[in-house]
Amino acid sequence: MALARLQVSPSVRAGEAVEVRLLVQHPMETGFRRESDGRAVPMNVVNSLVCRLGAVEVLRAEFGSGVSANPYLSFWIVPPASGELVVEWVDDAGVKGRVAATIAVT
Amino acid sequence: MSRRHFLRAAGGLAAGAALPAAAQSNRILPVQDIAPLIARITGGRPVEKRDVTVELPSLAENGNSVPLRIRVASPMSATDLVTDLHVFAERNPRPFVAAYHFGPVVARAQVDTRIRLAVEQRVLVIAALTGGRFLSGETHVVVTSAACIDEGI
Repeated sequence: MALARLQVSPSVRAGEAVEVRLLVQHPMETGFRRESDGRAVPMNVVNSLVCRLGAVEVLRAEFGSGVSANPYLSFWIVPPASGELVVEWVDDAGVKGRVAATIAVT
Repeated sequence: MSRRHFLRAAGGLAAGAALPAAAQSNRILPVQDIAPLIARITGGRPVEKRDVTVELPSLAENGNSVPLRIRVASPMSATDLVTDLHVFAERNPRPFVAAYHFGPVVARAQVDTRIRLAVEQRVLVIAALTGGRFLSGETHVVVTSAACIDEGI
């Protein structure tokens, strides 16, 4: 299951900066952890993530095992026009996730 | 063995195990050479140590989740902006932490996140700017409860 929250103010004045906050539910396994029976848990992290507003790429990120479980990310944008803010990511196991929010520029 | 002897021996053992926890973890995870990682980003061009603020608590209670804020003093205009941020923790088992690439819509050269830190160490951020310029900033963090070293590395 790829659960996530994307928080951004639904309406923004033109030219105004707005904070985008993203929380992805993911264990971000480092590969250094073992199960109670001694089996090593393979590394599995969200290795890449991309945020788009309409067709424009807003932010791209690569993560290693040094990012905490349930990765949190916040950044600031000036949306040029109304549109759907979409964040997509993929982990080492190939599992993809997507979360979206609508921004209205007034 | 008498009870007295046993207690004395056990007490000595316990003290020995408890004392140098921090020192031990530093010995287990030495500073890794991150110069090749940095060279791959910069292509050998010079990195100026200024204008990058790495905000971390000076003492992190839990290394599994340490709040990190990176800010770069940049106008973020069309001709002068930060394009990429790269985060390194040189005493983590894998020093690469994260990289962020900004598109034209990004308003501020600022990112907030949460990172893992294995031991007390220096966190280094390299910022790539337009025109092939590079800036860096770093902060030292003390970690009381470390991440990812329960495994004997």
